Amino acid sequence: MTTSQRLRTIDWIGVALWVFRAVIIILVIVGTVRKLFFGAGTQYTASDWIDFVVSGLSQGGLYALIALGYTMVYGVLFMINFAHGEFFMSGAMTSTVLVAGTLSRSGFMDEQPVIYLVLVTFAAVLTSMGVALLTERVAYRPLRRAPRLVPLITAIGASFFWQYLFRGLFGGDLKPFPVPAILDGRVTILGLEFLKTRVVVFAVSIVALLGLYLFVQRTKTGRAIRAVAEDKDVATLMGVDVDRTIATTFAVGAAMAGIAAVLWVLVFKQANFFMGFVPGIKAFTAAVLGGIGSIPGAALGGLFLGVIEAVGPPLFLEGLGLPGAHQLKDVIAFLLLVLVLIFRPQGIIGERLAEKKA
Amino acid sequence: MTGMNWRHVIRTGLLMSLIVLLVSIIGMVETFDERDLVVGYLTLGQLLLFAPALFGGYRTVAREARRSPVSTLLGGLVAGLIVAVPLILLVLLASAWPGIRTYFPNISPALLDILSNGQGATTTGIGLLLLEMGLLGLIGAAIHLVPGALRRPLLTALLITSAVALFSDVPLNIANELLDRSIVRILFGTKGLTLAAAVGAFVISLLLAFWWDRSGRAALNRRQATQSPTQAARNRRIATLALLVVLLILPRILGIFLTNVLDQVGIFILMALGLNIVVGFAGLLDLGYVAFFAIGAYTTALLTSTGDLGLGMSFWVAAPISVAAATLAGIILGIPVLRLRGDYLAIVTLGFGEIIRVLVRSDLLKPVIGGAQGILNIGRPSLGSFELVTPQQFYYLILLGCILAWYIASRLRDGRIGRRWMAMREDEDVAEAVGINLTSTKLLAFSIGASFAGLAGSIFASRIGSAFPNSFELLISINVLAIVIVGGLGSLPGVVVGAFVLVGLPELLREFAEYRLLMYGILLIVMMLVRPEGLWPSAVTRREMHAAEEEAAREGIHPEEVQPIT
Repeated sequence: MTTSQRLRTIDWIGVALWVFRAVIIILVIVGTVRKLFFGAGTQYTASDWIDFVVSGLSQGGLYALIALGYTMVYGVLFMINFAHGEFFMSGAMTSTVLVAGTLSRSGFMDEQPVIYLVLVTFAAVLTSMGVALLTERVAYRPLRRAPRLVPLITAIGASFFWQYLFRGLFGGDLKPFPVPAILDGRVTILGLEFLKTRVVVFAVSIVALLGLYLFVQRTKTGRAIRAVAEDKDVATLMGVDVDRTIATTFAVGAAMAGIAAVLWVLVFKQANFFMGFVPGIKAFTAAVLGGIGSIPGAALGGLFLGVIEAVGPPLFLEGLGLPGAHQLKDVIAFLLLVLVLIFRPQGIIGERLAEKKA
Repeated sequence: MTGMNWRHVIRTGLLMSLIVLLVSIIGMVETFDERDLVVGYLTLGQLLLFAPALFGGYRTVAREARRSPVSTLLGGLVAGLIVAVPLILLVLLASAWPGIRTYFPNISPALLDILSNGQGATTTGIGLLLLEMGLLGLIGAAIHLVPGALRRPLLTALLITSAVALFSDVPLNIANELLDRSIVRILFGTKGLTLAAAVGAFVISLLLAFWWDRSGRAALNRRQATQSPTQAARNRRIATLALLVVLLILPRILGIFLTNVLDQVGIFILMALGLNIVVGFAGLLDLGYVAFFAIGAYTTALLTSTGDLGLGMSFWVAAPISVAAATLAGIILGIPVLRLRGDYLAIVTLGFGEIIRVLVRSDLLKPVIGGAQGILNIGRPSLGSFELVTPQQFYYLILLGCILAWYIASRLRDGRIGRRWMAMREDEDVAEAVGINLTSTKLLAFSIGASFAGLAGSIFASRIGSAFPNSFELLISINVLAIVIVGGLGSLPGVVVGAFVLVGLPELLREFAEYRLLMYGILLIVMMLVRPEGLWPSAVTRREMHAAEEEAAREGIHPEEVQPIT
């Protein structure tokens, strides 16, 4: 074999991808080592690190809740529901402006903080579900047999539509969300101090994730969803109403987004018409990270993304001596998304989807 | 009353009332009311308010061909009255409870004035609203009673007149260049047509449409049918030449404002021609296309700026380097995504675009490209001592770029590489099986597409004279993608049409600015539902998009069951 022949047989693309992967891994390792052993950048105490991890976990719980919607819809339709972030936003905006605003002004919030939170959640979930069902009915269902590009484009269209409809309805400014006083301050668990909201957010998202898992595994509707995800034609033969089941899937995913919306405004204390975009992409990253189509995968992916986003900038980015490391938080998430899609599209625990599906 | 489908009438009325209610409470009616269509008689806001009732009345009949005139009119009247109901409730609610503004800031006293004709929540105000909407529904239905020979020209004339009034900036600016001040003042108010001009436009377009329907179309068809191929080819050459001449003298006719708009459209055409290669020809959905635009712009900015960060080179040196940089970036970003398909490719490119956006803003690259402060004092292109500064001068540079890009794109499409792209778009596995090297084919698409964006970015930067991160949002990617899709995937004339519709028209309707993206969203959805092949589709795409319907038709299923259009 001559040299030129040998050169031709090398998979150059494979080599390039390998180098790309190696560079990023080396950068992360170098940054981490420099930070931990040579003290590059700001010094953090152990409790700082615990704070990073806890806020990462609670943020990750939110990502996981939103990611469920992506994963479930992808499971049944093999379609990225680009507008899912808007379902989340609609719940947050409506409950913040209409319910939370009214109840806090009337003093109800201070008297009955728990009922207040339940009502706010109820409003958010209902709005998100309504928006999701409308979107599915108008923008997705008629196009189920269209080329794959087409529903993706209507999804982008729907995304813009809802964003600017809500801006028109409620105005484009930041809407403050009144947080009841019982959630202020810190709580001590196992000798460690945590922010109350963070703990509540994490606990609620875990409960919601478990509840959804049981719903899909144990109920009749859940079984119908799994059947449709497996094979639509066979599901029809078994007496499953596919259109209805798909609508249910959207509604359930949106309900989770609605819960996430309330938890989100509890943490960030404000809502805005544009708030769905970045969490949407992050949650999609989480879904892909865990293995799209898998519910435990979405949970795992969300938590992982939340933690790495919180710990990454202080750990390896500062370790590399990059200025303004906290600004690059989103870069970590997007880079992770790119890396996972390129190198392990099946995600952490997902099965490999057939080429035609992926 | 027999033959009357009341459910349909009520459903149409309810749908239209929902639309009217929404456009009212999101503030569109009020914002658009500041714009006159016919000075003193009709504002854009009123048109927005009236059009659904009119259309609803028209639609009540669309499904049933034969009905008595009385029931036709009655159907329209009822639909119109239904449209009025939620508006009346809105007026009553808002005047009884002014606090509603804390929730819905756009339900303002001004809106109530518009809805109730300044009467407020009085019997007169509500009565007027009911009367208006009922009448409009009635008129809408009455259109069906007009004999067919007159109906079509009438509707065409109505549409043309509305369009002229809506985009009155175009005739106004042209008239300012060509006509005497006194004549301009007769035709145009400050923001819209005068009544005389509107009536004139209506009469002229009615006559033209009537003539076209009666004899014009037939005459044209006859001429086309009888001419020989050589004649046809000569005619086409003459038409091309004429188009070129018009393009060259256009800035002289249009004036500064319109040329500026044209420049923006041109830059988007340039970008969309590039994305059309990636998405339309090769079928690779790229949502991070703005990255290449940004790279082109920043390269030019760094090379030509006379500020602290720049090198002060000439534009003519910087532009090719910018194009090369964007091309290289296309290859570098293309390599990792070579093995991805469809949605995954879209998301990864979106990720790349966002990474670049964050990096451009970050402190990390601030010493090089200026962070949020951007780069100022970008050099203007100059020919000898003559410097391009005004929109009219830049127009020629952009035109040159567009013609070049069009030429390259059309040659590539018709050549070997174009066939490879299209084969790959149809089915990657089959394409690979017949011996197409997917790696080089994909990378060529990415890099050539990126080079067009690089050129667009380069021209953009030197035209604006500065480069800021804000100019390179994800929105640009979506915008360009929308142009390609609305125009027709893979179609070159489609790109031009798409850019004029999506960039040019909103630019002319500055009142729309706030609602531009809302319209975008609706347009994208409606487009995909009713005309997925685009406004000016290429032959291949048209076939592809309707393949499912044709298949269904062959199998004996009614096409509406496959693609129910809502």
